[in-house]
Amino acid sequence: MSNFTAEDKAAITSLWAKVNVEDAGGETLGRLLVVYPWTQRFFDSFGSLSSPSAIMGNPKVKAHGVKVLTSLGEAIKNLDDLKGTFGQLSELHCDKLHVDPENFRLLGNVLVTVLAILYGKEFTPEVQASWQKMVAGVASALASRYH
Amino acid sequence: MSLTKTERTIIVSMWAKISTQVDTIGTETLERLFLSYPQTKTYFPHFDLHPGSAQLRAHGSKVVAAVGDAVKSIDNIGAALSKLSELHAYILRVDPVNFKLLSHCLLVTLAARFPADFTAEAHAAWDKFLSVVSSVLTEKYR
Repeated sequence: MSNFTAEDKAAITSLWAKVNVEDAGGETLGRLLVVYPWTQRFFDSFGSLSSPSAIMGNPKVKAHGVKVLTSLGEAIKNLDDLKGTFGQLSELHCDKLHVDPENFRLLGNVLVTVLAILYGKEFTPEVQASWQKMVAGVASALASRYH
Repeated sequence: MSLTKTERTIIVSMWAKISTQVDTIGTETLERLFLSYPQTKTYFPHFDLHPGSAQLRAHGSKVVAAVGDAVKSIDNIGAALSKLSELHAYILRVDPVNFKLLSHCLLVTLAARFPADFTAEAHAAWDKFLSVVSSVLTEKYR
């Protein structure tokens, strides 16, 4: 599936080393819920999601965002075996969480946008291309055990 | 799907800044598109797509100028882009999936260049706006 070149891996790991998962996690999940409000369907227990500021300031959103990005960080250490890394999480998302895999693609693109905001010029078209491969690989791995 | 007053205000006010960098934004957007989604190059076999190519620059400007037209007529995007809509339906026939890809790359370009302005609210407004533009451009496909 996703074949990561040496350049891809370098672009991904070097940028990730700079990311503050605490900040980026909340930003990423928050923006998913703001930009694609229907994704809120999975988070009824999170309290107030009534406005962009409510969402971006919601501590449960932030905590969950950190969880998600931490998991992504693990994936980055295993780029050559994303399916293996995410096997169990894939089953979880299908059997327990009932998440449409389309949501993984949406989240991936929101993450790419957040990285662009954080790193500006450094987030060149080439670096973006490596990251698009990365988020596509993760989305695919997370969907791989759906049935 | 139609834009709220707040969303229109956000788009129009950001456009004032964007319009000063129309050429470079267009080129960068297309570079991002062709690198992240190489299949989109199939629509440009007649182009020199190397970074810095004059064709790439010209085409990028064209695309962003059209987005600008939509912004200037944000209350009636359908009318503003009617001719472009016909062009895409009858001549270009770009598969609709590609509008999402281009929109995403334009968003990433804007986010990289205007990080302070690209709040969650602005992000949502732009994503929606570009979605409306894409709908207009594909509405005559069949």
